Amino acid sequence: MAFEPKIIAFLCNWCAYAGADLAGTSRMQYPPSTRTIRIMCTGRMSPVFILKAFAEGADGVLVAGCHPGDCHYVSGNYGAEKRVKLVSDLLPELGLEKERLMLRWISASEGELFSKTVKEFTEQVRKLGPSPLRKK
Amino acid sequence: MVTKARASKGKGRKKEAAGEKRKAQARKKSPETKAQERPRIGVFVCHCGTNIAGVVDVKEVARYAGEKASDVVYATDSKYMCSEPGQKEIIDAIKEHKLNRIVVAACSPRMHEPTFRRAAQAAGINPYYVDMANIREHCSWVHIQEKEAATEKAKDLVRMSVARARLLEPQEKIKVPVRKSTLVIGGGIAGIQAALDLADMGYKVYLVEKQPTIGGKMAQLDKTFPTMDCAACILTPKMVDASRHENIELITYAEVKNITGYVGNFTVTVTKKPRYVIEDLCTGCMDCAEACPVEVPNEFDQGLGSRKAIYVPFPQAVPLIYTLDEDTCIGCGACKNVCTIEAIDFNQQPQEVTLEVGTIIIATGYQIFDATRKPEYGYGKYENVINGLEFERLINASGPTGGKLLRPSDGKEPRSIAFIQCVGSRDENTNLWCSRVCCMYAIKNARLYKEKHPETEIYIFYIDIRAFGKGYEEFYKIAQEEYGIKFFKGRPSVIYEDPSTARLILNVEDTMLGRKIEVEVDLVVLSVGMEPGQDTETIGKMLGVSRGADGFFLEAHPKLRPVDTLVEGVYLAGTAQGPKDIPDTVAQASGAAARASILMAKGEVEIDPVIAYSEKELCIGCRICERICPASAISMEDRKAVVNEAMCIGCGLCAGGCPTGAMKLRHFKDEQILAQIHAALAED
Ligand SMILES: Cc1cc2nc3c(=O)[nH]c(=O)nc-3n(C[C@H](O)[C@H](O)[C@H](O)COP(=O)(O)OP(=O)(O)OC[C@H]3O[C@@H](n4cnc5c(N)ncnc54)[C@H](O)[C@@H]3O)c2cc1C
Ligand code: FES
Repeated sequence: MAFEPKIIAFLCNWCAYAGADLAGTSRMQYPPSTRTIRIMCTGRMSPVFILKAFAEGADGVLVAGCHPGDCHYVSGNYGAEKRVKLVSDLLPELGLEKERLMLRWISASEGELFSKTVKEFTEQVRKLGPSPLRKK
Repeated sequence: MVTKARASKGKGRKKEAAGEKRKAQARKKSPETKAQERPRIGVFVCHCGTNIAGVVDVKEVARYAGEKASDVVYATDSKYMCSEPGQKEIIDAIKEHKLNRIVVAACSPRMHEPTFRRAAQAAGINPYYVDMANIREHCSWVHIQEKEAATEKAKDLVRMSVARARLLEPQEKIKVPVRKSTLVIGGGIAGIQAALDLADMGYKVYLVEKQPTIGGKMAQLDKTFPTMDCAACILTPKMVDASRHENIELITYAEVKNITGYVGNFTVTVTKKPRYVIEDLCTGCMDCAEACPVEVPNEFDQGLGSRKAIYVPFPQAVPLIYTLDEDTCIGCGACKNVCTIEAIDFNQQPQEVTLEVGTIIIATGYQIFDATRKPEYGYGKYENVINGLEFERLINASGPTGGKLLRPSDGKEPRSIAFIQCVGSRDENTNLWCSRVCCMYAIKNARLYKEKHPETEIYIFYIDIRAFGKGYEEFYKIAQEEYGIKFFKGRPSVIYEDPSTARLILNVEDTMLGRKIEVEVDLVVLSVGMEPGQDTETIGKMLGVSRGADGFFLEAHPKLRPVDTLVEGVYLAGTAQGPKDIPDTVAQASGAAARASILMAKGEVEIDPVIAYSEKELCIGCRICERICPASAISMEDRKAVVNEAMCIGCGLCAGGCPTGAMKLRHFKDEQILAQIHAALAED
């Protein structure tokens, strides 16, 4: 069987999580690779969360929140962007490809974009193969 | 910026008070919240009929949770967890098995978390000891063909939820008072209706309109389908009612500049543009406009007629106060000279008004599609191609031609007219949506013209006729059978003008008969669709209200909460939310008013206790949190960060940025999230 990646998805309550809900309501099929953690805002993201996910063996980490300017708390997503960038720069040092980390803006009405994002990201991670940090 | 909970700078005292209240509540520990007991977790897996159980093996998930997840002392599955018996099952299990935390694996927490929190509370445990695993929207519905993988995913999601539940802490909801006043943004029929309803219930309403008059687009229409009432006859009495109502304060020629605060307690800054006419003095006598030498196109007539630089848009404007348009005024002073009551004041300045309201209704309306974006139809290039709204003005007795439809090119009455449907609607190159009114307004206008001029040839080119409302299909049938209006199913590909006659030639494929036809007419009317109003984005950002993919404001739930937004205390009325005719607009406006009144009638609202606090021992005084807090809720005391709980909006930015973990967000603490991550990837 083809390798099924495990992806931790951090979704903000107001946009990306709602977008994922809409993908569900609209029955838009995507691979069963994601394990979602709901946070109120991507601003809550701490670099530690991403690093912990990789350390525990996640094959990929997806962070998704509101489009720039649409964050429910005004600027949380800008903070998230900086932190994700920070971790992304660090990944090669840990022997991980930058492509294992993805940040996307998905609004509450973009169910289709959510499903498309998961499909694409799963494919991208599948090509990279299992994370070298994955526990057997 | 508007926030989900309590908010930002400037109203210090009130917020301090709210903060004190919250702390007092938190201190008074209720008996139900014995925090540090050993977790006894109950897991409830919902079938949701076959919605979940048709894909996920729910029995297996429940079995797994009961056997493999630690601290789970009870696990079960049930047909409809959210139903009355389902909830009772939870309540009974909590009591019987002495559960102190529960995990419900069912639909999205955005749907039923409040339901299960209530159930927990009814059973005597703190409502924040509930966590939900979303195995419907995020699992069964999106992995329909992958039953095994979906079941494995559901197990993981439940395990994550159990890990989080284990570390949950009790929270006390905070109650804040709700002001009994509403801001209505936009004075079209939607805003007017909502304002009147609320005012009649006894609430104070501030109706803010950008234009010099209220009325919106409906005031521009001639008759209205399907009953053919004259738009002005049914609208202007409402406009007058709104202006005279003791509970409505009309603020026209004004714009909302800023909104801060939170549900029940919004602070709104409105800028009134200078009219250069003293509102309290002007009697609307018109002397000034008669004296004014400047004539410019009148926007109210879609530029087809003219107005003076000092003007009212139309004679029944409300308020009937003249406005001097500074962009076109030449400063000659003629108006001032004739105004005997000295109402004209060239030195007027923009004026800021601050309003304190409990709820907000957005009724900013729509704009029509700009037909120059479909160059193949020649709008803006050929004089005799006009749009539907221009047609309304031209057949309107109070319009620029006194109600006589005259061809723009030669001022003659057209003897043949073609209406083209779906211009800027149902079109991949422009807008995908159906604008819902164009079929009906074209049929209406065709009938109106035919009544006066039975000899005129009228064609309507359509893709589908959508006559869905009450009495609409009947209205259409009559147009077809009794009026002899010719309907062709087909969208013209292009329109040419015969330069010698200014007549227009249309090439269309009649898709019903599968033949090409060519028609030559005196006038073409483009049935332009509806687009989001100009200010949708600005207002959306100001309030934190999302817009859909089409750009219109997004409702909280497409079926069950069609007038709410995701921002508590903010509601939608009329075409601001999506294309609508007048009956639907009015119904929705009354709906929005009713929704807003619920909060105000209650007088208080419970808000989420998800806010930040700092652990002094861990704080190193680096001030990162203070700098990044979007609500300015953090300050430093003795080189330690302190959160003003009343100002905190609960985004968690501080917690995410804190290098030592001193900053914590209640209900979303680091250890809770880290436990979820761990559980997602490891079984223990
Ligand atoms: C050609 C045509 C013919 C039609 N004929 C019919 C018909 O016969 N029957 C029928 O049922 N429907 C008809 N309709 C539809 C009808 O026009 C709408 O249903 C109705 O006008 C919607 O009202 P509204 O209040 O939602 O929006 P609008 O009428 O657009 O009112 C919105 C108001 O908000 C104001 N506003 C906007 N932004 C701001 C801001 N930032 N601050 C303050 N104020 C703001 C605007 O100035 C405006 O006054 C027709 C539409 C068209 C285009
Ligand atoms: S709320 Fe979605 S990113 Fe801030």
